[in-house]
Amino acid sequence: MTIMAVDPVLARRAEIQRIAQATDHRRELLSKLALLACRACLVIVLIPLVALLAYVVIRGASAWSWAFFSHLPTPAGIPGGGIWNAIVGSFIIDAMAAAGAIPFGIAAGLFLAESSGRIAGVVRLAADVLSGVPSIVVAIFAYAILVSHGIGHFSAIAASFAIGVLMLPVIMRASETAIRGVPGVLSEAGLALGARKATIARRVILPAALPGLITGVLLAVARGAGETAPLLFTAIGSQYFSISPTKPIAAIPLVIYQNGIQAYPDLVKIAWGSALFLVVVILFLSVGSRLVAARLRRVRSD
Amino acid sequence: MTDPAVSSPEALATTPPVVAPVSHGSVMTLRDVSVAFSGKVAVRSCSFDIPMSQVTALIGPSGSGKTTLLRSLNRMHDMVRGAVVSGEVMLGKLDIYGPAMRPTLLRSRVGMVFQRPNPFPTMSIYDNTVSGLRFNGVRKKALLDEAAESALIAAALWDSVRDRLRAHASTLSGGEQQRLCIARALAVEPEVLLMDEPTSSLDPIATKRIEELIGELKDRVSIVIVTHNMQQAMRVSDTCAFLLMGEDRAGELIEVAPTTKLFSAPSDPRTEDYVNGRFG
Amino acid sequence: MTDLATLPPRPGTAGRLRRLLAVPDGAYRGALGAVAALFGILLVVFVVSMVMQARPTFAHFGLSFLTSTKWDPVHVHYGVLVFLVGTLETTAIAMVIAVPIGLGCALALAFGIPQRLRVTLGTAVELLAAVPSVVYGLWGLLVVAPWVRTIIEPALAKITGGHGPFGGSQLGVGLLLAGVILAIMVLPTMVAISRDVLMAVPEVEIEGAFALGATRWQVMRRVVVPSARSGILGATTLATGRALGETIAVTMVIGNTDHLAHSLFGTTQTMASLIANEFTEATEPFHLSSLIAVGVLLLVVAVVVNLAARLLVRSVGRQRAIGIGVL
Repeated sequence: MTIMAVDPVLARRAEIQRIAQATDHRRELLSKLALLACRACLVIVLIPLVALLAYVVIRGASAWSWAFFSHLPTPAGIPGGGIWNAIVGSFIIDAMAAAGAIPFGIAAGLFLAESSGRIAGVVRLAADVLSGVPSIVVAIFAYAILVSHGIGHFSAIAASFAIGVLMLPVIMRASETAIRGVPGVLSEAGLALGARKATIARRVILPAALPGLITGVLLAVARGAGETAPLLFTAIGSQYFSISPTKPIAAIPLVIYQNGIQAYPDLVKIAWGSALFLVVVILFLSVGSRLVAARLRRVRSD
Repeated sequence: MTDPAVSSPEALATTPPVVAPVSHGSVMTLRDVSVAFSGKVAVRSCSFDIPMSQVTALIGPSGSGKTTLLRSLNRMHDMVRGAVVSGEVMLGKLDIYGPAMRPTLLRSRVGMVFQRPNPFPTMSIYDNTVSGLRFNGVRKKALLDEAAESALIAAALWDSVRDRLRAHASTLSGGEQQRLCIARALAVEPEVLLMDEPTSSLDPIATKRIEELIGELKDRVSIVIVTHNMQQAMRVSDTCAFLLMGEDRAGELIEVAPTTKLFSAPSDPRTEDYVNGRFG
Repeated sequence: MTDLATLPPRPGTAGRLRRLLAVPDGAYRGALGAVAALFGILLVVFVVSMVMQARPTFAHFGLSFLTSTKWDPVHVHYGVLVFLVGTLETTAIAMVIAVPIGLGCALALAFGIPQRLRVTLGTAVELLAAVPSVVYGLWGLLVVAPWVRTIIEPALAKITGGHGPFGGSQLGVGLLLAGVILAIMVLPTMVAISRDVLMAVPEVEIEGAFALGATRWQVMRRVVVPSARSGILGATTLATGRALGETIAVTMVIGNTDHLAHSLFGTTQTMASLIANEFTEATEPFHLSSLIAVGVLLLVVAVVVNLAARLLVRSVGRQRAIGIGVL
């Protein structure tokens, strides 16, 4: 090895190593602190979740009773009121909304999954944008179509329309993803046997995509069930029991909203109890959708 | 000594270590090095010296553990869950897996070039070149500039990029990007440069340029190169280490010898079969 | 399994029905296309009906609708500026809180926690998105607001001596609380998308940085985050869009007064809360059309922000099924 008087490479190497060793502890410490700060952010994000669930469970559970679920609301100050009409009302609104949005959404998802043209791209973008439209604006839409014109007054079906519109893009995108996930060989096999496209869709693709479709639908329903703004001036709530689609109707989110801001403690208690009920239902739907999908996938892979 | 928490420690030391002819300057030394992932041994009991200022090639068919062994030389397995490296890897007087060696400092002394060029996409050519220096705490502009120019010249890239140092690295061709990665590794002035099949994703012309480069670089850094291309090993390396997958699917070091000897008169029949193309 | 073997037609009524239902390919494509067209028509009707019902206000008040701070149904004078400012203020507060914390949380989820915890904690964050807005509002109003009023606001007021951003009456509800609740509500969006784009950064880039001697933080800060930056920007924009349109939770905690807030403790309204509060009581014709006009404005803002976000997130090539309303 020839040693020159001052080899620039060796000189640089020595200098770089000197700096590296001098700064190493500081850099390592900074890295540890930064990671700690990030983990702290994680904790900060989870704290409200825990706090909120804790309060909802504690204050809501104390409101739960047989009367709470089976009675109709009583005037303020009179105990023994319940949310039975709201439970039924929410169910009717969400069921009607789903009845409209599910077939429409799955068909549109099928369209998106099977097309690749520009139109499909536009439709997809439109669905994405629609999912970002504030729910209060969708409520205005439903009002304009079904309250001020269609039926003439507040109704359950106007609320269903609004909630259906909110569910639609979720179901569309989830369906498209689920259908795209079906291996192409299945439909090719059907084509090879001479089946029509519609038959293949009905008999092959949709059954194969079922886990993903169920997840998408249940998640959409979970989202729709929790919405309040679309109900504000469509269903507007009611103190009475009703199952008529053309009249105002009670709903759980409205009970929470309208009772939560009242001064009467027993009404506030009903708001907490309804909040717990709503959270439990939505949790069931969200978690349940994943379990059902997982179970179906396992069954199919046998 | 790293803790060998592998299921059967005895299994790691069955074959007697093969020792290369000891040359005076060994920049790194491996003694009984084994690598296991989640209990499954990938490389078994390798021992040899890496000569200073030379090019050492790790050759062998795919799956023989060449890359795994290479990556144990700069502790890249630290980041893999369930990876255990046992044995001794000496850099100078220090065991790189010992408590005295910090991984960040190790990697400033043992650099790496990867199979596919991986310049940082959001950085300019200049920033890419000096990124290693900056990671190691160097801030002085004069030193950064000097190291960058020297490294880019050594990587035969200086002339084509000197006027567009602020351009994005993605404006370079594949071969140029790989040379940028070499420059980036060289700028830190490591003692050893590990190269993991550096030309396998490049066209023949770019490959040739890098092979020429390797020959020019060995005075400055000792090079360990993994290659599955025998002709490349013959062209660029001074010493060759031949690895082969054993029956238990763990890679073993079969033979280490100067390149000319390994290819013309190998000691082990398995080596002879490999270099004569009887299996690949 | 699917009964492909029964596809050839069977004799008899069942067979006839089956042949009927096996619609020809043309009709099938046509039907699907019609559904897509129906979707498009729905959207067009959406926009048109709203704009038409808002037109009287735009026609009558013109530009002053956007610039006036007076919203007075009694004297038939409508200006939306107060609520526009309120919307922007609450959104700004929310984003100032949610972006750094959300990014930090995403970095922790992607690189800072052991593999086995990743799924559980990630799901926990997504659970935040499943909680309905009205429950956030209830909790914010009845649990957090008193706490803000009795502890947070006095503490903050001490910093500035009762002036500036922390001055004014301490009510608990107001701009600050609304911003904080909004931040909590958009954090899941911010975290989930950011985490996905962070984890999508190619492994080779990360390895390359480590091989040069970088520490974990250096790798995250100098390589991963810059690589993922357009996706992170997309996440931010998407979260902003959600914050802009959030109605119920904000309405319940913002205090609902029709004037500009003088400080962070002040009360005001947003465009969304205005509509929520006054829509059912609007009897005077201009009142209703003005509220719908506010809705149109809200729609335009939300759509523009949402489009920008989608284009940004798409550019990272992110494909993910719609989560629990996170997207």
